[in-house]
Amino acid sequence: MFESARSRGLLVTVLTSLAAVAIALLVGAIFILLSQQNPITAYRALLDGAFGDRRAVGETLAASTPYIFGGLAFAVAYRAGLFNIGIEGQMLMGGLAAGLFAAWNFDLPKVVYIPTALLLAAIAGGIWGAIAGALKAVSGAHEVITTIMLNYLAYQVLSYCLLRADGWLPVNPQLQATDPAAQNARLPNILSGTRAHAGLLVGLLVAVLVWYFLFRTSFGYQLRTVGLSKGAAAYAGMSWGATITVAMFISGALGGLGGSSETLGLLGQQYNAPQGYGFASIAVGLVGRNNPFGVVLAALLFGTLRSGSTAMQNQAGTSKELVLVLQGLVILAFAALASSGRAQSWWARRRGARFKDTTDTIGVEPGVAPEL
Amino acid sequence: MAQEPQPQAPLAVEMRGIVKRFPGVVANDGIDLAVRQGEIHALLGENGAGKSTLMNILMGLYAPDAGEIRIDGAPVHFSSPRNAVDAGLGMVHQHFMLIGRFTVTENVILGNEGGSISLDRRAAERTVGETAERYGLRVDPKALIENLPVGMQQRVEILRVLYQQSHTLILDEPTALLTPQEVEDLYDILQALRESGHTIIFITHKLREVAAISDRVTVIRRGKTVGTRETKDTTSEELAELMVGRDVRLHVERPPAHPGDAVLQVFDLRLKGRGNRDALDGLSLGVRRGEIVGIAGVEGNGQTELVECIAGLQKPDSGTIMLEGTETTGWNPVALREAGLSYIPEDRHYRGLVLPFSLTENMLLGNSTVAPFSKGGRIDYARTREIAATEMKEFDVRAPGPHTPAGALSGGNQQKFIIARELYREPRVILAVQPTRGLDVGAIEFVHGQLVAERDKGRGVLVVSFDLDEIFDLSDRILIIYQGKIVGDFASGKVTRAECGLLMGGKVAPNEGEPIRV
Repeated sequence: MFESARSRGLLVTVLTSLAAVAIALLVGAIFILLSQQNPITAYRALLDGAFGDRRAVGETLAASTPYIFGGLAFAVAYRAGLFNIGIEGQMLMGGLAAGLFAAWNFDLPKVVYIPTALLLAAIAGGIWGAIAGALKAVSGAHEVITTIMLNYLAYQVLSYCLLRADGWLPVNPQLQATDPAAQNARLPNILSGTRAHAGLLVGLLVAVLVWYFLFRTSFGYQLRTVGLSKGAAAYAGMSWGATITVAMFISGALGGLGGSSETLGLLGQQYNAPQGYGFASIAVGLVGRNNPFGVVLAALLFGTLRSGSTAMQNQAGTSKELVLVLQGLVILAFAALASSGRAQSWWARRRGARFKDTTDTIGVEPGVAPEL
Repeated sequence: MAQEPQPQAPLAVEMRGIVKRFPGVVANDGIDLAVRQGEIHALLGENGAGKSTLMNILMGLYAPDAGEIRIDGAPVHFSSPRNAVDAGLGMVHQHFMLIGRFTVTENVILGNEGGSISLDRRAAERTVGETAERYGLRVDPKALIENLPVGMQQRVEILRVLYQQSHTLILDEPTALLTPQEVEDLYDILQALRESGHTIIFITHKLREVAAISDRVTVIRRGKTVGTRETKDTTSEELAELMVGRDVRLHVERPPAHPGDAVLQVFDLRLKGRGNRDALDGLSLGVRRGEIVGIAGVEGNGQTELVECIAGLQKPDSGTIMLEGTETTGWNPVALREAGLSYIPEDRHYRGLVLPFSLTENMLLGNSTVAPFSKGGRIDYARTREIAATEMKEFDVRAPGPHTPAGALSGGNQQKFIIARELYREPRVILAVQPTRGLDVGAIEFVHGQLVAERDKGRGVLVVSFDLDEIFDLSDRILIIYQGKIVGDFASGKVTRAECGLLMGGKVAPNEGEPIRV
C-alpha cells in the first residue's frame, strides 16, 4: 500500500511536470510566432541542437552538469528551510580553489589530484555557505541578504586573486584566469569528440549521496525537521542554529563542487567570468521539487534548453533571448502547475477518493482552517 | 431554562436534507436542522461530524450539493456571506477576525462603514456603546482590541454581529478559549440576547455547555442528524450516546492511586517573564510514582514556562528540577528523554508533529538518534515503519497507513499518535499538557484511559490543563497555579470546583508558602 501510494504520487509528479513543459513550449510558440518565426522549425532546431548528433548530446550533458550541482545545493538548503541565493558565489569560491590547486601543477597521480581538488572546492564553497548559515544562527541575519552580499564578496575575491595576486598565486592577469590546470587534475572526457566530462558522473554520484543523506540518515532527518518545523525540532532536542549552519555548509560545498566541475572539466582554468549558473540553480532546485532525482531531471531539461538554444539561433534564426523566455516559461508553468494543489486534487478526484475508507480520519475539512 | 420559548414558535432557520461532499469526504450527508425563533439551540457533535461545514453552508460560504434552506419560512439561496448577513444571520467564529490595532468601534463597523467617504466616528462610537449597553456586553468602544482579554474580544465579535442587525447568531465553539468566569459571563449575555428576541445557534462538542445554556439540542454524527431533544427532557448520557453512537463512560475509571517515591521534583523555580513580571515566582511541586498530579489554572499563569523548563526547552533563572533524584535542570530534551521523561506537548501542530511528514517520519521525532530507530547515524526506515504501524494499531490511530502525512489526520488521531510515540520508550515521568484539547468525547476517553493506565504501571504523570473537568476527572492530586506559584494543593475530592475557580482567579490570598487545605 505504501509503495503503490508512493508510485502514484510519483506518476502525478511526472505527468504534471510533462504538462508544464508542454504548456511552456506552447506559450513559447506564441512568442516565436510573434517574432515572425516558425515555431516548428525553431523547436526542431532546438531538438536537433540538443540531441541531433553525438556532439550535440555531449554539449547537452556538459551544459546540464553545473545545474545538477547547483540544483542540489539549492535543494539541501531549501530542505533546511533556507533560501540559498549565494550558490553563484559558492561556485566561484569552489572553482577558484580547485583552479588554483590544479594550476600549481603538483606531481600527483590523477586518483589523488582530482579528488583532492574537488574536496578543496567543496570546503571553500562550504565555508562560503556556512558563513551565511552561522550569521543567521547567531544573529538572525536573513540568509537571502547575506548570501547576496557574499556573492559580491566572491566576485571581488575572485577578481583580486586573478588580477592582483600574480606574485604569489599561479594566475595570469592578462588572461584574467588561473594558469591552466595540470593534466592530472583535469576531469576526463567521457564522450570522445564532445565536451562532456566526468563532472557529470560526479554530479550523478553526488545526487545519490545527497538523497541518501537527506532521506536515510539521522542528520538528514534532523535537517528536514528543522526546515519544516522549528517548534518540533526544538521539542525533539535538535539545535536549530547548528543544523542550519551545517546545512549551509553542505549546500555551499555542493555549489563549490559545481564550480570546480566547470573549472576542472569544461574550461581547464578558472576565469574571472561568472557564468550565472548559481542563479539558474534556484530554478533548477524548484523545478526539481528539491528532490535530488528531480533536480537531476530538471538539470537535464535546463541543459537541453541551453545547448539547443545555439542551434535554434543558428539554424532557425531565433534570437537567443527567446530561449531565456522559454526557460522563464518553464519555471512559470512549474510554479503554476506542478506545485499547485489543484492539479493534484484533480488527479485525486479522477482516481477516486484516495482516503475512501477513512472519511472519519479526515479531520481537516477542505476550505476550513484546521483546528489547533 | 427559566423562560422557554413557545413550542409552536415559528422556525427562524430550517435546513432540510443538506448534503455537501468534498473530494473523498461526505461532510454533510442529509442533515436536518430546525431552529425556533427566540431559542438557544445547541448543535452538538464530535470534531469532524460536520457542524462547521453545515454552518458555513448556512452562512453562504459553501453551496450545498443538495438540500433546502429556509429563513423565517422563506426559501433562500445564498451565494455569498453578504446574502446571509442581509437575511439576518451573523456568525461569531472560533478564531476571532479582529484587527488588533483598531479600536472596538472600528472593528465593529468594519465592512459596514456606510456609503459616505467621511466617517462619523463619534456617532459610530455612540451606537456601538448603546448596543453594548443594551445586552450587557460592557465593552469600551474606544479600547484597542490588542489590549483586551480574549473574553472581551469575543464580545466585540458579538457586537459586530448585532451591529449588522442580525437576529440569528451562530457561535462556533465560543467557549474554547474562555476561562470559567468568562464562560459564565457569556452565558449571561446569550440569555439577555434571547430575552430580547434573538435566536442563537450554539455549536459545541461539550455536553456540559448544552445542559447549561441551551433550550433544545440537535445532535449530528458523521454528517447525519441523529436527533433533536428538548434540553430539559434529556440527559448527558443520552446525548453522549447519540453523539458518538455507543455507550461512553463520561468519567474515567480511576481506582485509588498508590503513590510511591517522588519521581519529579521542582524546587523554587524562578523565571523572568516578559516585562517585569515573574513568569515563575519560586514554584515548587512534586510528583510521585503512581499518581496523576493535575495543575489547574487560567492560561498565562506560568504553565507554559513551567512545562518548558521541565522539558528542557527553556532554562530557568534559578531553582532545581530533579528526575528520579538526579538533577536535570537545564538538560536538553534529548538527555531528558534518555533519562525517562516523556512530554506530550500542548500544541500538536507546532511542537508534537511535523505535519507534512508521514507518520513514519513523525515516529522519529525525538527518536532519530536512538535504537531501534537508528544505528550509526543511519535511520532504519523499514523498522520505523513497522513500529509506527504496530503503535497505530495498538493506539487505534485511524489513518490509511504509516505513509499518511500527519496533517491529514483528525486532531484525535494526531493526539493518539503522539501519545503512542511518547509512551513507546517506556518513560518514568509523563508530562502531558492539555492532552485532550480540541478532542471529541471518544478520543478524550481514550487519552484519559491511557494516562491512568500509565499511572497504574507506576509512572508519575503531571497533567497541565485549562479545563477544570479534565483536572477533576484525571487527578489524584490537584495543584492550583496562579501568577507563577502553586497556591493550592489538594487531594482529589478534597476541593470543589468553585473553590478551585476562586484560587485560579487569585481571589483567596495564598498564605505565604503554606498550601491551603480545605
